[in-house]
Amino acid sequence: MCEDCGCGDVEVVPVEVQKRILGRNDLVAKHNREHFYQHGVLALNLMGSPGSGKTALLEATARLSGGRLRFGAVSGDLATDHDGERLRKAGIPALTITTGTACHLDARLVHDALHDFPLDNLDVFVIENVGNLVCPAIYDLGQTANVVALSVTEGEDKPLKYPAMFRAADLVLLTKVDLLPALPEVRVEAFAEALARVNPRPLILPVSSRTMFGMSHWLSWLYALRTSSRAAEPRVVESHP
Amino acid sequence: MHEYSVVQALIDLVEVEARKRNATAVHSLRVGLGELSGVEPTLLATAYETFRDHTICAGAALDLRAIPAQWACPRCQLSIARGALLQCNNCGGPARLVQGDELVLESIDMEVH
Repeated sequence: MCEDCGCGDVEVVPVEVQKRILGRNDLVAKHNREHFYQHGVLALNLMGSPGSGKTALLEATARLSGGRLRFGAVSGDLATDHDGERLRKAGIPALTITTGTACHLDARLVHDALHDFPLDNLDVFVIENVGNLVCPAIYDLGQTANVVALSVTEGEDKPLKYPAMFRAADLVLLTKVDLLPALPEVRVEAFAEALARVNPRPLILPVSSRTMFGMSHWLSWLYALRTSSRAAEPRVVESHP
Repeated sequence: MHEYSVVQALIDLVEVEARKRNATAVHSLRVGLGELSGVEPTLLATAYETFRDHTICAGAALDLRAIPAQWACPRCQLSIARGALLQCNNCGGPARLVQGDELVLESIDMEVH
């Protein structure tokens, strides 16, 4: 009611809210994070362009690990179960989250998939996101770390073109480096420099799932992160406000 | 086009906030959108126009406030120039984002009786 005279007229008032629009997703992500922590599982959000080599990387990682690290995975896919099939063949228990037209996974989709996914006998749970350098970047899924696969054929400027994605990367795996001899104009240092302009703690590892170049460094990174994340409570994801 | 799911989340949030205050209508919303939020202002505006019909936001204008990215050293407080390496020129430590990743419903102008 109008405060001046009580006449009953409507009044338009400005109301301060200051809430994150994706706050509901953040709450579910927090729940997922606690779930991973309770099971002692390292959860990774693996992102990258379509064809950047995410699935091949996981196949090669499982091969190299030889069962010393037990992997599980969910794959976001618009229409098929191809990645899930490949992962299962590689010995990684895997489920596909079919997203239809959605270009990313959100915390709710991962949460619902976890209902059908026992985590008890796993060390590392990989959420293989939908191939896309834009949309997946803004949705917290409850992961411990973000890993971005970027292949050498995609161009050295990709971190500059997709800063929201690469800013959030705890590790960038520069994939398909076995192709470098055929790409004389492409320099690994240029990828690293572009990353350092959008990410204050840039970490980039050149790898090849075909020749296994660099894969032992990636595996060491996984071991180290698994040890440190088990010791620490689930981290709080920093964002404004 | 995750802007459509962002708009859905935005409208849901406006509904919750309006209901809390027994609002009868919403006149406008102000959204803070960081340069590094991963959301494109024009796509967000288009998605909003498409989805607000038949919701509490049907008659509400969307006011987007662009927030530029700003990096600084958390120790020395030195700001980092745009496009530069995200390391402090003074101590060499990693920079921290001061602002620019916001995706925030800042305020709502709502009608109350």
